[in-house]
Amino acid sequence: MKLKKNNIDEKKLKKRLIISILSGVLFVIVVIVGFRAIKYGSRIEEAPTALRHSFEWNQKVWARISSSKHLSVNKPRPDKSKPPRVNGDIGLTSVADSKNYSVEVISGTKTFKLPIAAFHSTDKVDVSTDFRCIEGWSEEMSYAGMRFSDFMKFYDLGKKPDGTYYAYVGLETPDKEYYVSIDIESMIHPQTVLSYEMNGTPLSIENGAPLRLMIPVKYGIKNLKRIGKIFFSDIRPRDYWAERGYDWYSGL
Amino acid sequence: MKENQIIIIEKHPRILRYTHWINVVFLSLMVWSGVLIYWANDAYYKIPDPVAETLSIQYKLAEGLSWHFFIMWAFIINGLVYLAFLFISGEWRELAFDRKIFKDTFFVILHDLHIKKEAPSQKGKFNAAQKIAYIGAILMAFGSLITGIAIYKPVTMGWITNLLGGYEAARFEHFVLMIGFIIFVIVHILQVMRAGWNNFRAMIAGYEIEKK
Repeated sequence: MKLKKNNIDEKKLKKRLIISILSGVLFVIVVIVGFRAIKYGSRIEEAPTALRHSFEWNQKVWARISSSKHLSVNKPRPDKSKPPRVNGDIGLTSVADSKNYSVEVISGTKTFKLPIAAFHSTDKVDVSTDFRCIEGWSEEMSYAGMRFSDFMKFYDLGKKPDGTYYAYVGLETPDKEYYVSIDIESMIHPQTVLSYEMNGTPLSIENGAPLRLMIPVKYGIKNLKRIGKIFFSDIRPRDYWAERGYDWYSGL
Repeated sequence: MKENQIIIIEKHPRILRYTHWINVVFLSLMVWSGVLIYWANDAYYKIPDPVAETLSIQYKLAEGLSWHFFIMWAFIINGLVYLAFLFISGEWRELAFDRKIFKDTFFVILHDLHIKKEAPSQKGKFNAAQKIAYIGAILMAFGSLITGIAIYKPVTMGWITNLLGGYEAARFEHFVLMIGFIIFVIVHILQVMRAGWNNFRAMIAGYEIEKK
């Protein structure tokens, strides 16, 4: 390619250079001011406002693309002797009454307590796939229990009088120290399971005994351990890590 | 020729300069926020704690994620504007190459290291080594996008993740590309410093003064 050549007056050239350098300086100032305005400006749930909106915008894009047809890829079943990796104990530090453990369920006007045995009574679903932590690690884990969509059907939950679903599901530990909320589309995903077994053995206390959520379409932070309460709502229930600046959606 | 007249070469079109400098900002922010994310699980390379503390990169996962998934759009859009301009304006021809490119690159390197006196002949504004570096940077950006999607949405975009060898592999590849960018930038800056003001000014004001 031939480069264009020009004859130009020395003074004009100097002016052109000065304008270019000044534009450059202005650009640097705009970048620094803009960066600081976002970083140190107002926040929504600990995340800078612009970045929170960007999380929500990304959510809109990906919620449209993803569906319950997208499955987390099946992986070989881990060895029974291998306990699943443990990463947190928020909500697990108090002593749980394992004998009379029950889960509180709320859907519309329906409120009841389910004994833990109720989750063992229906068809057992078994999944083996990647468990992905938002920190960046992942591990192949298997888990078994009651599929959440089966749970909804069995007890006729999650639907409003007009027949449509509530938009959100909220889950909490019995001591209410840890809590998450998840969009209904992800909750009715076929791999979303209320599980009482991991890697072929009953859940350990650290892994969330007697019942935990396993939801591979979300990061580990949404996979609440030791479920004390499950409820349906159209108003987004509070979420532990979203309150701490993380993406509420955290979908994979 | 009149007095006080200078012959200049219009080297870098305005849009190329703009997208270049905008990319400096976005790429830096992507690397910075990426490092904040990486640090939550420093699987491949560890920096001693005091150093990490000085760099202020520890325990900033939420901040890293929020910036990374915001700036990624700006980075992609700016990249697309650059590519679109490259093709519409015909500037892509400056990056066109033939079979000789590897041989020529080898001789350019020998020349730059002062081992060989003569540099290979050069038609456009870039020599063979520059072409490889700049095409490489475009490919690395594309690779970062693909590997990034693979670890960002490993279920929804699972087919990409599988294609790249799985989630862990994709994360590693994304990391390697980031290192690639850092190496590119270091070499790029050193070469620009070596080439001097006339060359560097072309990336600011667009023109180079023809040597008499």
